[in-house]
Amino acid sequence: MTFLGLPIGLAPMSAKAPATVLPTSPVLGPSVTPKVIESYLRAVPPVDEVGAAERAAALSTRSVKRESKLAALDLAVRMCDLTTLEGRDTPGKIVQLASKAARPDPTDPTIPPAAALCVYPNLVPHAVRALAGSGVGVASVATYFPSGQAPLEVKLAEAAWAASEGADEIDMVIDRGAFLAGDCLKVYEEIAAVGEACRPACLKVILETGELGGFDNVRRASMLAMAAGADFIKTSTGKVSPAATLPVTLVMLEAIRDFYAASGRAVGIKPAGGISTAKQAVRYLVMLSETLGAAWLTPSRFRFGASSLLNDLLMQIRWVREGRYQSPDYFTED
Amino acid sequence: MYDQTSERTPARRGEVVPSGLDYAPSLEAVDQVSIDESYDLWIDGKPSPPAANRYFPTVNPATEETLTRVAEGDGEDVDRAVAAARKAYNGAWGKMAGKERAKYLYRLARMLAERSREFAVLETLDGGKPIKESRDVDLPLASAHFFYYAGWADKLEYAFPGLDTRPLGVAAQVIPWNFPILMLAWKVAPALAAGNTVVLKPAETTPLTALAFARLTAEAGLPPGVLNIVTGGGGAGAEAVAHPGVDKVAFTGSTEVGKLIQKRLAGARKRLTLELGGKAPHIVFEDAPVDQAVEGVINGIFFNQGHVCCAGSRLLVQESIYDAFLDRLKVRLASLRVGDPLDKNTDVGAINSRAQLDKIGALVEIGVAEGAEMYQPPCALPERGYWFAPTLFMGVSQGHRIAREEIFGPVLSIMTFRTPVEAVEKANNTPYGLSAGVWTAKGSRILWVADRLRAGVVWANTYNKFDPASPFGGYRESGFGREGGRHGLLPYLRGGS
Amino acid sequence: MSGRIGVRKTYKLYVDGDFPRSESGRTYPALDHRGEVIARVAAATRKDLRGAVRAARRAQPSWAARTGYNRGQIIYRIAEMVEDRAAVFAAQVRMAGVAAAKARREVFRSIDRLVWYAGWADKYQQVIGNLNPVAGPFFNISVPEPTGVVGVIAPEAPALLGLVSRLAPVIVSGNTAVVLASERWPAPSVVLAEAMATADLPGGVVNILTGPRSGMAPYLASHLDVNGIDAYGADEDMLAGLEEAAAAGVKRVVGPPEGRIAWMDDRTAQSPYAIAAFTEIKTVWHPKGL
Repeated sequence: MTFLGLPIGLAPMSAKAPATVLPTSPVLGPSVTPKVIESYLRAVPPVDEVGAAERAAALSTRSVKRESKLAALDLAVRMCDLTTLEGRDTPGKIVQLASKAARPDPTDPTIPPAAALCVYPNLVPHAVRALAGSGVGVASVATYFPSGQAPLEVKLAEAAWAASEGADEIDMVIDRGAFLAGDCLKVYEEIAAVGEACRPACLKVILETGELGGFDNVRRASMLAMAAGADFIKTSTGKVSPAATLPVTLVMLEAIRDFYAASGRAVGIKPAGGISTAKQAVRYLVMLSETLGAAWLTPSRFRFGASSLLNDLLMQIRWVREGRYQSPDYFTED
Repeated sequence: MYDQTSERTPARRGEVVPSGLDYAPSLEAVDQVSIDESYDLWIDGKPSPPAANRYFPTVNPATEETLTRVAEGDGEDVDRAVAAARKAYNGAWGKMAGKERAKYLYRLARMLAERSREFAVLETLDGGKPIKESRDVDLPLASAHFFYYAGWADKLEYAFPGLDTRPLGVAAQVIPWNFPILMLAWKVAPALAAGNTVVLKPAETTPLTALAFARLTAEAGLPPGVLNIVTGGGGAGAEAVAHPGVDKVAFTGSTEVGKLIQKRLAGARKRLTLELGGKAPHIVFEDAPVDQAVEGVINGIFFNQGHVCCAGSRLLVQESIYDAFLDRLKVRLASLRVGDPLDKNTDVGAINSRAQLDKIGALVEIGVAEGAEMYQPPCALPERGYWFAPTLFMGVSQGHRIAREEIFGPVLSIMTFRTPVEAVEKANNTPYGLSAGVWTAKGSRILWVADRLRAGVVWANTYNKFDPASPFGGYRESGFGREGGRHGLLPYLRGGS
Repeated sequence: MSGRIGVRKTYKLYVDGDFPRSESGRTYPALDHRGEVIARVAAATRKDLRGAVRAARRAQPSWAARTGYNRGQIIYRIAEMVEDRAAVFAAQVRMAGVAAAKARREVFRSIDRLVWYAGWADKYQQVIGNLNPVAGPFFNISVPEPTGVVGVIAPEAPALLGLVSRLAPVIVSGNTAVVLASERWPAPSVVLAEAMATADLPGGVVNILTGPRSGMAPYLASHLDVNGIDAYGADEDMLAGLEEAAAAGVKRVVGPPEGRIAWMDDRTAQSPYAIAAFTEIKTVWHPKGL
């Protein structure tokens, strides 16, 4: 089977199970039917938007000072998925960003590298090359990012290709159309299939919360994605407004907590889009910490999807250390 | 500190999830507050030494340090204060047009907002409440209250068509220690907007923000005698409410004292409003937005250390979700930060006084003795000061004293119910009726339950919300009269009730 | 015509929709203004009071649960029944020494007052309650609800108009009432009870006790299952006693204004705020969100 002259389907991932045969879900049991999904999602508690926003706002008043702030900022750097997702991305741009991800502040060896560089599939080979040996992962968006409006075969081929080219992490988008049309089984099956197709890459599932029409759906979509095998759930593509917000992230954190309680499987989270300041980042970490606790305060369970955040973190770190307000001119821009 | 290298074994279901991120102490600066060596009464627009020349200490409940000494007013002082209030009522204030009264109230609202941080720190020092709350709740609401009622001062004839909207005269107002400046605003703003003058008796343990406010009125140019403040203990309050020169009495405090005042005023032909105690039911149905409900329950009982007349102190959880809900509640409880009220990250501050701490302790002991199961999260309390750990009681039944009596502290009694009818029956099975909470995603059930709850305020899918435009007050033994909103004017108008 | 012997009425209490005698079996003579005995009227005791409160409490939830429209119709029906018996009422009022024309005017004013209050049943909520414009994403509404069981110390005089003027605003909102009738002129209240009993008013909504008020008033005021007292009929001494006893349950007591009450004056003797006096404002909050 080919599509636009490219082989698609299962060919590049022969080592894996065919996409149509889903693995037994640890949460939903051996046979996943629309009915099973329906009853699973019916048990998801509703969310009161005003209450969730209040809680997020209350946590935003936490004041993190001095050494604690430095520790939080350092952690935030290590949690950054430095991202470029533009039509005009080039290999050259990727090389520059890779160097930024590996050594965010070339003048300061104490600054840790970012978690990953997040790019379009086309640029995965370049990113892999540029980051070899750096410890920084390569993340690739996939599944017809950002809309997800493509046939499953195309999505699988794209994800599998990116993984086979060395992407450590696949940031897939869910089929919001199917979700909103009530076809949750389709969403579930796609996630599961993509997870299989790109194994052993880490599967990050983008819910695109700004398109889901409310927090009840965000929570349901979170539970659905986790049941289908998501290693991370991610708020947004960054192409839709609103993208990540504190309240929507809180709702997802609470879903992760519930899923963990029910299944024992710890799923990570990645708020993405709109997080550009260190102050915002610290607020996310406070919320993470007070909702899921210490076990989630690690890049293996939390990422920021951001592009300009990194430099603001660096500026803040230097301000806390030196007591001098900083200028962007002293930090590298790529 | 978070763990950088190893992934910890994550918490198991029902286990306490520790808070991972460390917050260094983040103390609000106290240098913006200056506290005098001692404070006199405030009568006729200026400080006035007490007739008996007696002063009593006011302490910081978080440290037990004496902050300053405050005049102890007696009958003679009340006499002078009432006379000053009467003079102002018969004089400048009584003759002033509503639109001019309004401008004074607007001015006070603005000045209170301007000095908001200073007042917040003073409130926290004197009363022990977390700076987070005095800063984000008490002060903004107090200022908003003056702003709201300022607007009514020249529109009274539109508030209640056909009602006699003339003022009553001199109002004696006695306020509690749980929200000192906010309760001052709730009392003083509508009274002055309606054209009355005031003799205010602040609570014995928290007089400082009222005295600071008195100075603000002088800066605002409020005519002398419009607001008089007599500090002191219960004796001064009793003198004030019973004074023959007083036309109107407003009291916020315990039901016990409220009854005494009502009795004392029998036959006196004074208008009376009482805002008294409560034992609010907080009902959580199985279909509730559960995480917001947990927040609501936590906020409902631990806001201001539970020193809240409308605290949701009786949790009624539908039996089908009891275990799961309790798990969530315990996890959330563990993340409460108890400690220095001046720390911006403190969620639960100090108990207001030694006496209140003893009272809470005694009722909790009774709860244990009556066989309820007590749970407190691990939390280290400071050595000095008055502290009480957030406390849950499980296995509580309607007959337990901790389910019937107002504890006025961070203690939640948890019970279960099976059906909506049973929930409402249990909720209403109390002589109180101040407030109630209900959590359910089903709209028609909210309205059904809200209709049947005997409570002056029903918070549905939220809790502890206050707004100057929204009336607050109780049914039955929680008192009568409303504060806030259009209805909050009625107690201060001649044709009102 | 001669020889026909008239049938005299027994003046009984009105409790729970029934017309019982006093549990004590006692009566007292009701006199006209010349001191002649009109009838022997049931002398209720505190035990009758206890029964009346129980009946009122039982009747209260369903009375309050009726629609305002329905309560309005029933109170209007009472007016119809009084109109129908206007001559009987006028004759009763005249016993107090009121001139015929004035007695008729009092009866008609009483009827009109009932009609006036009947119309409020589905309107006072809109005048007394309102939506509150709070500073946040909340639906916030304040509505008046009936206080519960209200004791009404009826004015001694005018026995009919005074009672109607104080009773109607109490029940129109959904309260139920225990009335201590005019002790001096009890007859009109008994006739009013008979009109109510034929006006579809559910049993227990209004309970009327005749008899010595000093024996009942303290128990009414201290009764913990009574939520409010309308004390327009109390003198200064009784009022002080009522208020003192009421404190035990934080009962609402509405005393008479100082000075003479112009009962015939519609501007002062009837008011939606009289309805509001025995209501409780309930404020309900709900978030507005997705």
